[in-house]
Amino acid sequence: MSTTQKAQVVLRLQGVTKRFGPVTANENVSFDLHRGEVIALLGENGAGKTTLMNILFGQYTADAGSVELFGVPLPPGAPRAALDAGVGMVHQHFTLADNLAVWENIVLGVDHLTAPSLKPREVKARIRDLSQRFHLKVDPDARVGQLTVGERQRVEILKALYRDARILILDEPTAVLTPQEAEALFATLREAIASGLAVIFISHKLHEVMSISHRVIVLRHGKLVAERATDTTNREELAALMVGAEVSAPTIAASPPGAPLLSLRAVSTPDQGAAPGLKALDLDLCAGQITGLAGVSGNGQAALSDLLSGLIRPANGEMQLHGTTPHRWSPRTAIANGIARIPEDRHKTGTIADFDLTENAILETYATRFSRRGWMNWPKARAFAESLIKTYDVRCPGPDIRIRLLSGGNMQKLILGRVLEEAPDIILANQPVRGLDIGAVNYVHSMLAQARDRGAAVLLISEDLDEIMRLSDVTHVISEGRLSPAFARGTMRPEELGSWMAGHGFDSHGITPGGPDAA
Amino acid sequence: MRLEPIASPSAARRIMPPVLAILATVLVASLLAMVAGGNPFAVLGLILKGAFGSKFALLETLNSATPLIFTGLAIAVAFRAKLWNIGAEAQLYAGAVLTVVLGTGALGLPAYLLLPLCAVAAMLAGAMLLLGPALLKTRLGVDEVVTTLLFNFIFLLFVSYLLEGPLKDPMGMGWPKSARLLPEARLPRIVEGLRLHWGFALALIAALVIWVINTRTTLGYEMRAVGQNAQAAAFAGIPVTRVILKTALLSGGLAGLAGFSEVSGLKGSLTSDLSPGFGYTGIVVAMLALLHPLGVVLAALFVAAIFVGADSMSRAAGVPSYLADIMLASALLFMVLAILLTKFRLRRD
Repeated sequence: MSTTQKAQVVLRLQGVTKRFGPVTANENVSFDLHRGEVIALLGENGAGKTTLMNILFGQYTADAGSVELFGVPLPPGAPRAALDAGVGMVHQHFTLADNLAVWENIVLGVDHLTAPSLKPREVKARIRDLSQRFHLKVDPDARVGQLTVGERQRVEILKALYRDARILILDEPTAVLTPQEAEALFATLREAIASGLAVIFISHKLHEVMSISHRVIVLRHGKLVAERATDTTNREELAALMVGAEVSAPTIAASPPGAPLLSLRAVSTPDQGAAPGLKALDLDLCAGQITGLAGVSGNGQAALSDLLSGLIRPANGEMQLHGTTPHRWSPRTAIANGIARIPEDRHKTGTIADFDLTENAILETYATRFSRRGWMNWPKARAFAESLIKTYDVRCPGPDIRIRLLSGGNMQKLILGRVLEEAPDIILANQPVRGLDIGAVNYVHSMLAQARDRGAAVLLISEDLDEIMRLSDVTHVISEGRLSPAFARGTMRPEELGSWMAGHGFDSHGITPGGPDAA
Repeated sequence: MRLEPIASPSAARRIMPPVLAILATVLVASLLAMVAGGNPFAVLGLILKGAFGSKFALLETLNSATPLIFTGLAIAVAFRAKLWNIGAEAQLYAGAVLTVVLGTGALGLPAYLLLPLCAVAAMLAGAMLLLGPALLKTRLGVDEVVTTLLFNFIFLLFVSYLLEGPLKDPMGMGWPKSARLLPEARLPRIVEGLRLHWGFALALIAALVIWVINTRTTLGYEMRAVGQNAQAAAFAGIPVTRVILKTALLSGGLAGLAGFSEVSGLKGSLTSDLSPGFGYTGIVVAMLALLHPLGVVLAALFVAAIFVGADSMSRAAGVPSYLADIMLASALLFMVLAILLTKFRLRRD
């Protein structure tokens, strides 16, 4: 659809801003959605897509700005208003009752299932009619618990259509679908826009965005950084826009690398649900070098991180630490072998929320350094926590408060201090600055650079290309569990990395996945 | 209006749940006493007097509190690590069975060894009984609430079988009852001539030991870490499975000691009504104590006082003694509610 065509504006966002403490989730976001149009909302995890949709649905109240639906301003903080105005949302995680039939799920929330006015026969007839019109093949009498993931998604879409939704929001709809199911979904969407619906399609899969949308809106760090008509852009440009193409001059100088401290040779790990495992991965982490791992999330970063953390072991291939293959492999042996681990989720994995700072500070070393024969040495532990607070500038009232009261940045500083005090020679930093304010970001980065200069091998996993390009001495891109060749500092262009991130290049370089579909 | 979580409750706020729960329980008991035709103040006074009013009453209360301290500790230890042990009842009986088997002289052990061995065997029996469900939980992900709860019924039937069969007292005139323990296998009384036995002292020591384990040892730290956030504990290298199994052994062992203490200290033989549900009441005790081992002692005394006091109150005031059961049940309900309320505050939008 050309933008010059005068179609009705169904949704208008103006200057929407939302802050959580120091973090700005959305900053001055404005755009219009027209009747019969598909807008792709593109952005990395944490770019602010979900927050924006939650504002639209009244879950959050915007700090500034307005939302208009069909020309009528949406009252803030009223969850039903958007639904009543004709917005239907298909969440990434379905909200269906497994023990009810398809038609019951669809009616749920519109009518009481036991209401005398409810006529199942008519409801089912209408569902059959809708499912025929929109190519959403599903049996109204089937139990939801017995449906495949693709079928459940169809039920969710039917649910929205049944309520006469005129705007359909799909949050990462293809994340759970097979390519065939995704194709069927697109057919449905084409039918929907032909009959006048408007669609917001949230995704970070570039080829889908290219094939289904009319316009692409790119969010980064909460800001709308670009708006493109789909037929005037290409995947490479979008990838670069999404992850941040401004390449600032490297502030951290390259240094000559040392010997590899950790090597992976043809290492594979099993897939974990929808997240791919590693596919015959080769990787060297060298002393005095920051290795950046770029990639769209959910492409094997979790598997690599779990592997180095000691949570999983290679199913195939060989892992060498300091030139030898570790005999046993667990979080404890990983720590004992000098691996510092900064986990991706500092709230759930890195700390225990209701433990105080002292108890969190010794989480990894209580057995070796803060106890003797099973007796805790609490004075020593507390002194250690106090020294961490001082050395790593953890802003807090003291070591006796529960860590849940700390800001993300201070929490991360404590984790950083906890692992760096062990003088590690390998550092795994998984999304170390996600959600942090700029001061904490710079602090964490400078600590990683210092550790590198001391001779540590650092693996930096990040979805933020700016961060990768600024810090890394060498960069790999990970895509579906496969690793691109290494790019030395300064030799990589964002477009090129974007293309690898989009999954191109692996075949032409003769890298094929080790799975059953390898030719 | 909506509920908003409180980030850091003050010390006063954390102490509030048991206080609120006990006050609300007393209120409910007063109302019910009125319904039953009694004067609420008189009824409550009689309960207090019946529980603490004389030396005899006080010692009776302490005796009744003894098994509740053990089972309360067993539950508190397990719940802290989020191991939901509902099977303290069966573990108690397992301890009692082993005490009877050894204490009636089945192995011909020397007299001076008999008492400590009975205690150790009772602990082991209780521990083994919880180890099974714990292994099923860690290996196969089987819900321990279901397994421990259902095992109570199985084990109680097994005890009935033992009392009708292998353990039946040949001199028992046909009653389903075990033979009496040898005198050397009996816990002596603390003061000669008064009913209070050394089991009570043992229970106090157990509470102290658990308190020390919780606050001073790596195991206490590990159990708390696993209970609060098993994912973070595993990531940090805490052996989560092993900690859960150790917790199970400790918890089951404490419940087993309750059985030992009841048989060896109080009853002298085993019948199938040895425990009127001490294993379940232990859950109330542990919850009222907010899972704190020293709090368990206080909570057990409170619960025991209600039962002992209500018995004598009902004789004097004619209000049925099952008022005690209602008080216990409402104390648990109010406790759960009060914990919730002190975690949140009501906020008007």
